[in-house]
Amino acid sequence: MTPARLSVNDVSVRFGGLMALEGVGLEVGDNQLLGFIGPNGAGKTTLMRVIMGIVQPVSGQVMLDGQDISKLNSVQRIHAGVALGQQIVKPLRAMSLLDNVALAFGGSKLLSPLRALSVRSRATEREAARAILSDVGLGAVTDKLPNEVPLGYLKRLEVARALALGPRLLLLDEPLAGLSKPEAGEMADLIAGLPRPGLSVVLIEHNLPQVLRVCPHLYVQANGRGLAFGPTDDVMAMPAVRKAYLGGEG
Amino acid sequence: MAYEIVVLTNMAISILFALSLNVITGFCGQVSLGHAAFLGIGAYTSAILSKAGVPLVVTFIPAMGMAALVGLVVGVASLRVRHDFLAITTMGVVFLFTGIVRKQDILGGEIGIAGIPAPEFGRIGLLVTALLCVLAYLLFVIRIRKSWAGFAFDSIAEDEDTARLLGIHVPRFKLFAFLVGTAGAGLAGALYAHQIRFIGPDSFGFVESISVLAMVIIGGIGSIWGVILSAALLSALPQFFQIIDDFKLLVYGLLLFGAMRFAPDGIDGLLKRLFRRAGGTR
Ligand SMILES: Nc1ncnc2c1ncn2[C@@H]1O[C@H](COP(=O)(O)OP(=O)(O)O)[C@@H](O)[C@H]1O
Ligand SMILES: [Mg+2]
Repeated sequence: MTPARLSVNDVSVRFGGLMALEGVGLEVGDNQLLGFIGPNGAGKTTLMRVIMGIVQPVSGQVMLDGQDISKLNSVQRIHAGVALGQQIVKPLRAMSLLDNVALAFGGSKLLSPLRALSVRSRATEREAARAILSDVGLGAVTDKLPNEVPLGYLKRLEVARALALGPRLLLLDEPLAGLSKPEAGEMADLIAGLPRPGLSVVLIEHNLPQVLRVCPHLYVQANGRGLAFGPTDDVMAMPAVRKAYLGGEG
Repeated sequence: MAYEIVVLTNMAISILFALSLNVITGFCGQVSLGHAAFLGIGAYTSAILSKAGVPLVVTFIPAMGMAALVGLVVGVASLRVRHDFLAITTMGVVFLFTGIVRKQDILGGEIGIAGIPAPEFGRIGLLVTALLCVLAYLLFVIRIRKSWAGFAFDSIAEDEDTARLLGIHVPRFKLFAFLVGTAGAGLAGALYAHQIRFIGPDSFGFVESISVLAMVIIGGIGSIWGVILSAALLSALPQFFQIIDDFKLLVYGLLLFGAMRFAPDGIDGLLKRLFRRAGGTR
């Protein structure tokens, strides 16, 4: 049996006196799209940051394709194939949207200053960046600076940049937030089309209708604990989920 | 004529020195309040060697090497600290440097090193050598700017955490900036020692560190041409007007304040804005 693309085991995180995560776990297979839902403050972003190596858990383990990556730092994890589109957008404001994405295509040049020094051309990376930006609907504004476009565009830039890293596991933290209804639908379609052999996606979203529409599997978290995990219809039928996540109605 | 040559040589040395700090502070975004220490390391290394009979041009290599070696150590230490604390750490370096020099007899102690041999090729030769050094260093930093190293630096200077999430190995790039920047300062120091032919701990202290930082900020952080222009101007002024030399820290302080308040992008940003206005586009 091939190991799961991502396997998170028994992860706990403490922020001072607050247990942000308590023994949570989940698994994502290859070519999968997992929806990750839960109320505000459930610890969703924190779990993404643990997987990415930004937050250190007090216990637990993160495995990528059967390899324990718990000891790697975030740069090593990125080059191992994990990428994160953050909830709070962090564009590099001094460069165009195009260069924001082109930089992420830098690969090994970003690991070695000497290699970086030996290469001048950005042409290939910019071409690839242009293609991804037009995939996420930013084809018309590639040369704009981040401050010249609305937040919705920056959310898409965040996704484009994460994709440019060429991940095997793509983590997206609320990529639909800030988009209009039709835009959110388009973005959800785009995300639904991403998984393929060699790429799995975890989608954190508050836009429940879109999540239910595009995600075949769900993971639900509340108050730092895993609540449910499985096929979307089964999970949504569980009383505990309806109670915790939907505030008990129905 | 001789006087003009001295002024021009000093100008070239200042430009080299400012360009070297611009790699660390401008390109990579790491504020340094102690850059004069590396000028000093280069100056002392070169002075001692050339007094022992080593030709000036040959002393350039160990001068750069010593400065870069200490720069690497400071760089490694700086990886663990962030912005405001980095300023304090680098400030510590310059006090440490002058403190150590004052206590070392081989380094001339309080008195310094006098009688540094005149360069074998004369004053004009030194000016030409200084200009060649500036040119070589300039070409190198332009190469950095235009390559992927400059691209990566841009991201680190703006936001280290985001740079990391784009897969950039931030520590390696920072160390690279410290190496290149401190080596450049070492080279400037070697030239300086042979221009003045007398060096002492007071030439490489906190005031000199602030002066060079002022050149970088007034020129426009990261802008190669702005920094060259401001280093040329700021190094020439005190040579022509004694009063500016007497009140150097005050004048630089005021200029710094003025730049930060009215032209945060320095001369570079100011000129760009003027040209844009003159060009008629918004
Ligand atoms: N760096 C931090 N330091 C302290 N508390 C934090 C930090 N990050 C998150 N928290 C807290 O941890 C809990 C979970 O936050 P988060 O993971 O952002 O939840 P979610 O993304 O599900 O809304 C919240 O109570 C939040 O205030
Ligand atoms: Mg969140």
